[in-house]
Amino acid sequence: MADRFVTRGFVGRREPAGSAQAARIPPGQHLVKDFPVLSAGPTPRTPLASWSFKIEGLVTEPVSWGWDEFQKLPAQDFVKDISCVTKWTKLDTHWRGVSVDILLEHVELNRRAAFVTAFSDGGYTTNIPLPDLIDGQAFVAYDYEGKPLAPQHGGPARLVVPHLYFWKSAKWVRGLRLMERDEPGFWESLGYNNHGDPWKEERYTGD
Amino acid sequence: MTSPKDEMVLDGNAVAGTLAEIYGDDMTTVLAECTSCGNVDHIGGLIAYVHAPGIVLRCTACATIMIRIVQTPKRTLVDVRGKRIPPPP
Ligand SMILES: [Zn+2]
Repeated sequence: MADRFVTRGFVGRREPAGSAQAARIPPGQHLVKDFPVLSAGPTPRTPLASWSFKIEGLVTEPVSWGWDEFQKLPAQDFVKDISCVTKWTKLDTHWRGVSVDILLEHVELNRRAAFVTAFSDGGYTTNIPLPDLIDGQAFVAYDYEGKPLAPQHGGPARLVVPHLYFWKSAKWVRGLRLMERDEPGFWESLGYNNHGDPWKEERYTGD
Repeated sequence: MTSPKDEMVLDGNAVAGTLAEIYGDDMTTVLAECTSCGNVDHIGGLIAYVHAPGIVLRCTACATIMIRIVQTPKRTLVDVRGKRIPPPP
């Protein structure tokens, strides 16, 4: 009897939490508990000794950090919901990394810079409007759930832009190129949306 | 030993149906030549990545992309990069 009472009470209390959770799932998405691996090619395994992260393009002076230097940049923990265009959404993912704001403090942007191409080991690229990468919206993350980010999830470091579909969160990211014009990246050049806001279901271009 | 990555790698035969829909014919026995290393394979033998926003077929020797396919609800987009592969009709 006591058990049933406890169970009922538990369910009753969870209902508001359940609807709050539903409100965090963008249209056309379903919730997952695992972390699906999506790859368009072999997993690069760049040794940390030869890893670097660059900011280039429309900046007065490009900047580059080696792995150890990158680890010394001010990092932060952040908890975000992520949505993949293949229709899964995962809530409350825990990351640690450096915000793009901090990285951009190290360069002087040309005033024509309006778009960014993130580029990765293995040749992957993705394009993101500059305003979507600043003001605490984007990170270069190297820890996931308290551990170094696994290679199949983009380690040693990946871009994390949680408010856009996760193909924008380039795995194995090695740098950001500041551009004047938007240049479609790996998936964007074959039908995927240049912006990719899950709440607007910006999955494709022209669909 | 199989890593999570390896489990995701298929061959071109796994997308035979998709390719047949696009070309109206079986494509798995058609030859594809890598633009990077010159390796020649049947399309059915290429390395296939299908767990992604699209399908990517790569050279078995050097992993250079041979074909990319994205299917949206309204259309199918194909990017043929390997030599000898006919353009989609
Ligand atoms: Zn090749």
